[in-house]
Amino acid sequence: MIRPDAPVLLEIKDLHARVEDKAILKGVNLTVRAGEIHAVMGRNGSGKSTLSKVLAGHPAYTVTAGVVTYRGQDLLALDPELRARIGVFLGFQYPVEIPGVSNLEFLRVATNARRAEQGAEELDTFAFEDLVRERLKVVQMDPAFLDRSVNEGFSGGEKKRNEILQMALLEPLVAILDETDSGLDIDALRIVAGGVNQLANADNATVLITHYQRLLDAITPDYVHVMAAGRILRTGGKELALDLEERGYDWVDQELAAQAPVPLEVA
Amino acid sequence: MSTAQAVGDLVSQPYKYGFVTDIETEKIAKGLSEDVVRLISSKKQEPPFLLEFRLRAYRQWLQMQEPDWATLGYPPIDYQDIIYYAAPKQQDKKTSLDEVDPKLLETFDKLGIPLSEQKRLSNVAVDAVFDSVSIATTYKEKLAEHGVIFCSISEAVKEYPPLIERYLGTVVPITDNYFAALNSAVFSDGSFVFIPKGVDCPMELSTYFRINSGDTGQFERTLIVAEEGASVSYLEGCTAPMFDTNQLHAAVVELVALDDASIKYSTVQNWYAGDENGVGGIYNFVTKRGQCRGDRSKISWTQVETGSAITWKYPSCVLQGAESVGEFYSVALTNHRQQADTGTKMIHVGPRTRSTIVSKGISAGRSANSYRGLVQMGPKAVGAKNYSQCDSMLIGDQAAANTYPYIRSQQPQAAVEHEASTCRISEDQLFYLQSRGIGFEEAVSMMVSGFCRDVFNQLPMEFAAEADKLLALKLEGSVG
Ligand SMILES: Nc1ncnc2c1ncn2[C@@H]1O[C@H](COP(=O)(O)OP(=O)(O)O)[C@@H](O)[C@H]1O
Ligand SMILES: [Mg+2]
Repeated sequence: MIRPDAPVLLEIKDLHARVEDKAILKGVNLTVRAGEIHAVMGRNGSGKSTLSKVLAGHPAYTVTAGVVTYRGQDLLALDPELRARIGVFLGFQYPVEIPGVSNLEFLRVATNARRAEQGAEELDTFAFEDLVRERLKVVQMDPAFLDRSVNEGFSGGEKKRNEILQMALLEPLVAILDETDSGLDIDALRIVAGGVNQLANADNATVLITHYQRLLDAITPDYVHVMAAGRILRTGGKELALDLEERGYDWVDQELAAQAPVPLEVA
Repeated sequence: MSTAQAVGDLVSQPYKYGFVTDIETEKIAKGLSEDVVRLISSKKQEPPFLLEFRLRAYRQWLQMQEPDWATLGYPPIDYQDIIYYAAPKQQDKKTSLDEVDPKLLETFDKLGIPLSEQKRLSNVAVDAVFDSVSIATTYKEKLAEHGVIFCSISEAVKEYPPLIERYLGTVVPITDNYFAALNSAVFSDGSFVFIPKGVDCPMELSTYFRINSGDTGQFERTLIVAEEGASVSYLEGCTAPMFDTNQLHAAVVELVALDDASIKYSTVQNWYAGDENGVGGIYNFVTKRGQCRGDRSKISWTQVETGSAITWKYPSCVLQGAESVGEFYSVALTNHRQQADTGTKMIHVGPRTRSTIVSKGISAGRSANSYRGLVQMGPKAVGAKNYSQCDSMLIGDQAAANTYPYIRSQQPQAAVEHEASTCRISEDQLFYLQSRGIGFEEAVSMMVSGFCRDVFNQLPMEFAAEADKLLALKLEGSVG
C-alpha cells in the first residue's frame, strides 16, 4: 500500500559495493516506506543477492560508496546482529545448515535478542514454545522441525518455510526476501506467499527479490524495480513485472548499452 | 574486521589462570639420578616397597626411548634441566584447613576452587594439589563415614600401605611406556580413592592440580579402586601460570573396577597452552588406563582438553570382566600452535564386552589435532561390540585435523563400527546466526557446543556449563 506520508523505513543512496576486487553494486538507489511491498527483479548475476547481503552486513562485501539509512539511522555502521535486532531481516536465497545447533534453541535465542532490543521480556523455554507453535501456523510447518538442527537435512521448500517462520517470530520492520519462491512447488509457494501476506502490515515493509511473476501473482507489489549490472535500471508498478514476463530481459541489455558511458566490462 | 580475524581474536582470549603465587618453595636441585629418586622417596618418608618400585621404574626408564610415533613436533626435552620435587614451605600436611597457608587458599579461591568450610562446594569433595604436594582435601571425614577413602596418594602410602602395594602399578606397569616409567620413578602427589564393596560414593570427588613453579615438572599419580558393586564419579581439573618456558607434566592414572563396579572419570584440562607463537605452555604426556577386572563393571572416561602446548594422552579401558563396559567421550580443542595427539584404547578381553568412543576434535589457528584410537578384540571377546565416532571441526583454514583409528580383531564374532566426519565453521554459518540477532561470540559458541553436545552431556552437571564456557573462552578470536 502506497502512502506518500508514510514514514521512510529504508533509504539507499548511491550504494556501491565490491567483493574482493570485483565491483558488484554500482550505485543503487531505493526508498522504502512503511506499508509498501517492493519487488526487485533482474537477471542472474545482476547483484540482487549482493544488495540483500550488503544490507544485512555480510563480512565478505565491502561498501565503497553510498549511504543506507534505516529509520534515520546509519545502517552500514552496525554489526549484522544489531541490524537484525532493530528490525532488518534477510530471508536467504540459500539458507545454510548448522549441524548440532537445535532449531528451537536457535529460534528462541534469536527471538529473545530482538525482544531485548524492543524492551520486551525474555521468553523462557515454555513461553517460547507457546509462541513458536502459534507462529508455525503462518507457514503450516510441522513442529517436528523444531527438534532438528537448524536447516539440517531440510528440503529446499522446508528451508524457505523456516526462513518465513523466523520472520514471523522476529517481526521485522523491513524484510528482504531473496528468491524465497525459488525451488518451491505450487503448494509450498502458496503457503509461503500466504505467510508473507499475513505478516505484511501498515507499519512494516517487504522487499521481494524474485525472478518470477508467479510470486507476484500471489503477493501484489506496490513497486517493481529492475536491476541490471549492479544498479536499479527502471522502477514501475506491478505492470512492469508483467511486461518483463512478456518481453524478457533483452530490452534491459539494450537500454544498458545505450546508457553506459564506458564499456560495461571496464566498469 | 574480517570474520577470520574476529574469530581469531575470540579464540585468543588471555589465559585467565596465568598468575603465579608468590610463595616460598622448597625445591631440590635440577636433574634426575638414582639419588634424586631416593631423595624424593625419603622426603615423602615412604616405606621400602615404594622406594623399590621407584628404583625399578627409574632403571627401566634409563633403558627406554622417548616415543616418536605421535603426530607431534617439539624440541628435545632435557630431562636434566627439570626439577623433580617442589613443595610450598610448610610443615607436614595440615590437619585442619585453618592451618594451611592463606596464600594457598587464596590461590585456589582465585582458580574458582574455594576450599574453606564456608565457601567450598556443597556436593563436591576436593583434593587440592599445588606443585608436588596435596595441600588439602575437603570432606574427608564425611566420606569416611561411608567407608570411602579420599586423600592424597602420599597420605595413602602412609595410612593404607597394603592397598597401595596391592594396586599401584597393576594397571599401568612401570614398563608400559617411557613417560609412565618416568612418572613411576619420580611421582610427587595425586589422589587416592577407595570405594568399598557396595558403596555408592555420596558425593562427586575432584582433584585440582595447580602447577606454580616455572622450572618444575609435575608427575602426579592417581589411583582409584572401586570394589564389588561400588560406584564413584571423579573429576580432575588443571591450570598453570604463563611462563615462556615449557613445563613437563607426565601423569599416570590407574582405575580398577571389580564386579559390578562403576567409575566415571572426567577431566577438564586447561593447562597453559603457550602464546600465539607457540612459546611456553605445558607438555602434557599422560598415561591413563582403567581396568574393568570384574564382570559387568564399567569405566567411563570423559575429557575436555583445552590447554597444554602438547597433549599426548590416551585414556584407555581394559575390558577383562564378562559384559564389562568401557566408554571414552572426548573434546579436544587446539588453537594457535597447540598440538594434540589424543584418543583411547579399548582392549576387549572378556566375552560380550562393549565399548563406545565419541571423539570431537576442534582445531583453530595453526594448531594440529589428531585422534588416535585402538579397538582390539581378543580371542575370547565373543559377542563384543564397539562403536566409535570421531568428528573433527576446523576453524579457519590453517588448522589440521587427523584421525587414526586402528582396529585389531582376533575374534570373528565381535563387531566394530566406526564413523568419522570433518566439518568447518563457515563464514556463512556465522553470518546466518548473526543476521538473526545472535552476537558473533555467541554464534561461535553455539556452534561449538552443538558440536560437542554428546560429550558435554556426559560431564557431571556442575561442570558441563563450565566446560561450555571454557570452550567459548578458548575460542575467542578464532573463526573464519
Ligand atoms: N562472494 C562472492 N565472491 C565472488 N563473486 C561474487 C560473490 N558474490 C557475488 N558475486 C558475483 O557478483 C555478481 C552478482 O551476484 P549476485 O548478487 O548473487 O546476483 P543475483 O542475486 O542477482 O543473481 C555475480 O557475478 C557473482 O558471481
Ligand atoms: Mg541471487
